[in-house]
Amino acid sequence: MAENQLNQKPVESSGLMSWIDARFPATETFEYHMSKYYAPKNVNWLYLFGWLATFVLVNQLITGIWLTMNYVPSGDAAFASVEYIMRDVEFGWLIRYLHSTGASAFFLVVFLHMFRALAYGSYRGPRELVWLIGMAIFAVLMIEGFFGYLLPWGNMSYWGAQVIVSLVGAVPVVGPDLMEWVRGDFLMSDVALNRFFALHVVALPIVLLGLVFVHFVSLHHVGSNNPDGIEIKKNKDENGVPLDGIPFFPYIVVHDVDATVRFLFVFCLVVFFAPEMGGYFIEKPNFEVANPLKTPDHIAPVWYFTPYYAMLRAATFPLFGMDAKFWGLVTMGAAVIIPAALPWLDRSPVKSMRYKGWPSRIALGALCVSFIVLGWLGLQPATKTYTMLAQLFTLLYFAYFVLMPWYTRVEQTKPEPERVT
Amino acid sequence: MKRLARLFVSLAMIGLFVGAPFSWSAAKNDWPMEAFEPDLTNLPSLQNGFKLYANYCLGCHGLQYQRYGRTADDLGIPRELALETVVFTGQKIGELMTTSMDPEQAKAWFGATPPDLTLEARLRSPEWIYNYLKTFYVDDSRPLGVNNGVYPNVGMPNVLLGLQGVQRYDQASGKLFVEEGSGSLTPEEFDVAIYDLSNFLYYVGEPSRLERQRLGIYVLLFLVILGTFTFLLNREFEKDVH
Ligand code: HEC
Ligand code: HEM
Repeated sequence: MAENQLNQKPVESSGLMSWIDARFPATETFEYHMSKYYAPKNVNWLYLFGWLATFVLVNQLITGIWLTMNYVPSGDAAFASVEYIMRDVEFGWLIRYLHSTGASAFFLVVFLHMFRALAYGSYRGPRELVWLIGMAIFAVLMIEGFFGYLLPWGNMSYWGAQVIVSLVGAVPVVGPDLMEWVRGDFLMSDVALNRFFALHVVALPIVLLGLVFVHFVSLHHVGSNNPDGIEIKKNKDENGVPLDGIPFFPYIVVHDVDATVRFLFVFCLVVFFAPEMGGYFIEKPNFEVANPLKTPDHIAPVWYFTPYYAMLRAATFPLFGMDAKFWGLVTMGAAVIIPAALPWLDRSPVKSMRYKGWPSRIALGALCVSFIVLGWLGLQPATKTYTMLAQLFTLLYFAYFVLMPWYTRVEQTKPEPERVT
Repeated sequence: MKRLARLFVSLAMIGLFVGAPFSWSAAKNDWPMEAFEPDLTNLPSLQNGFKLYANYCLGCHGLQYQRYGRTADDLGIPRELALETVVFTGQKIGELMTTSMDPEQAKAWFGATPPDLTLEARLRSPEWIYNYLKTFYVDDSRPLGVNNGVYPNVGMPNVLLGLQGVQRYDQASGKLFVEEGSGSLTPEEFDVAIYDLSNFLYYVGEPSRLERQRLGIYVLLFLVILGTFTFLLNREFEKDVH
């Protein structure tokens, strides 16, 4: 028997565990986060993606460490070192494809994870901090992906980074100096590559891990939401156990393990049979070493950045004395950040889409459609028609957020059930 | 809130205007491409491609990320034999297949440095390489007297001229014709030769491809078996939940 430091409630354990528990809150932590943590029994497949994101994160960390053992962060050697990994390192190709495919998988599961939150109102009280921490994770993840993409030093890496870094130059007054400061040179060079490397393999993973940790802590403090958007903690039995809850261990764990195997099946299909994914996961121009004198015919970022890239390009004219590029930067930044405001934009009396009205459903549908269309547009050359389309769908994207306080208040909602369904 | 709203309204306004779009021109060539199916299990083809490459291409184009030894092993060529038949540079079998061509000089001669071709099949496609090798034709307006169907105004000399023979472009039909008997190979034999070359470059682009696919099958099979167990296990646990 060991003492719980906080409320002096004794924890059941014996033998070695008891010795450990007296010195480290092992059993207590396990109970708090696992065997006595209650998840709603009606959670569905959309609730798998948080765990899958964790799984992919671990994959990225492990394969990343192994890649770092042979990768050389220098303009002269980076590209060759990647090919060295692909050819001369035992299972190097596997490690690299797990990492490159993992990056795309990461964004895929995180997008679905975020969609779930939109659908069931998970961003609303008491989960505002879970959501905001999630937004911070998302921002860091994008930066992590961007830095990582430069490392192979292929021609698309180079020019993609060039385009994005040059955006900094659009900041009024200090832009050009700022851009030089970010790059550490007059153009993309070894200097940028080395600092991107340091940030990608050390700084940002640490930040990411820290954020994921607090994401969990705050989630477990308030408990998971569910497809009905009602609080299971409102209905508890005499022992304080939510009536609609099931212990995370073993039920959710077993369920997650099963889902992980299915996820792995699809993931491995890509890793082993289509690692380039037709040029979407690994772009063709990246099979050529970075060449400052040779701009690729068509610069397109990797698919998970394209919705934002399309919005960036949608700003095509100067306004208030600032040039178009600056507004593009503002639009893109706003598009990434604006979901953070959701807990305060949503005025509906109910949380879940199941009980919201048609305006909310149409708005969420329109958001998803515009995100996908923008993603496609971001891959295309910016012709006149495409640019107009991008502008239209950028508006639609923002409309979901900007109009939310209005349509969530005026719409007819259905009554929430007392217990989960 | 109000200020935020105003910011978004002004952002939204941006979308109402249509400015000059950025434009990237995707350089497209509409030369009709002949289909090409690579076959990595066809070792004789790959071996022949390797030999042709060493004889006709390596002088200008290196394969600087790929090693002789690994290539010989993968293609089922004994290393001693490989040293005799494909290593002409006095290099060791474990070395990278670099070219001895000086890039500066090459640039002066051809107007362009011959690029390294290790990843050419992944950068373009094996089909592109095949068609490229097939469509060199006589063009007296070019410095080297040669032009190319899929790569107009190319700087590379027609190094396979001796094998293919003299090929000309017929304006009227838009087709290429080889002067009969002008090459040491028949058109069919030549097609086989460039098939083997392209197939070989496809191999070099990703030498672990076959191993990857082979391993993939086992991994997927394993996951199916594992998945059956996790599925059954999960079903047992779900029985507890009402
Ligand atoms: C005499 C030197 C020389 C030899 C030998 C040679 N090439 Fe080239 N090759 C060049 C040059 C120079 C270029 C660049 C042409 C340009 O960019 O205009 C080139 C370009 C190419 C390209 C296009 C590269 C690209 O994507 O831009 C391919 C493919 C190619 N060569 C294949 C071959 C093959 C296969 C052989 C052997 C049959 C071969 N070459 C032999 C000089 C040579
Ligand atoms: C590294 C990336 C991330 C990891 C590893 C992660 C992990 C998790 C896990 C394990 C859960 C609980 C299981 C689940 O509900 O799916 C969860 C819940 C949640 N996450 Fe994340 N997350 C990540 C990114 C994000 C992002 C980008 C957001 C939103 C911007 C977000 C918002 C949320 C919310 C709101 C919940 C509670 C959902 C609910 O209870 O309905 N997370 N996260």
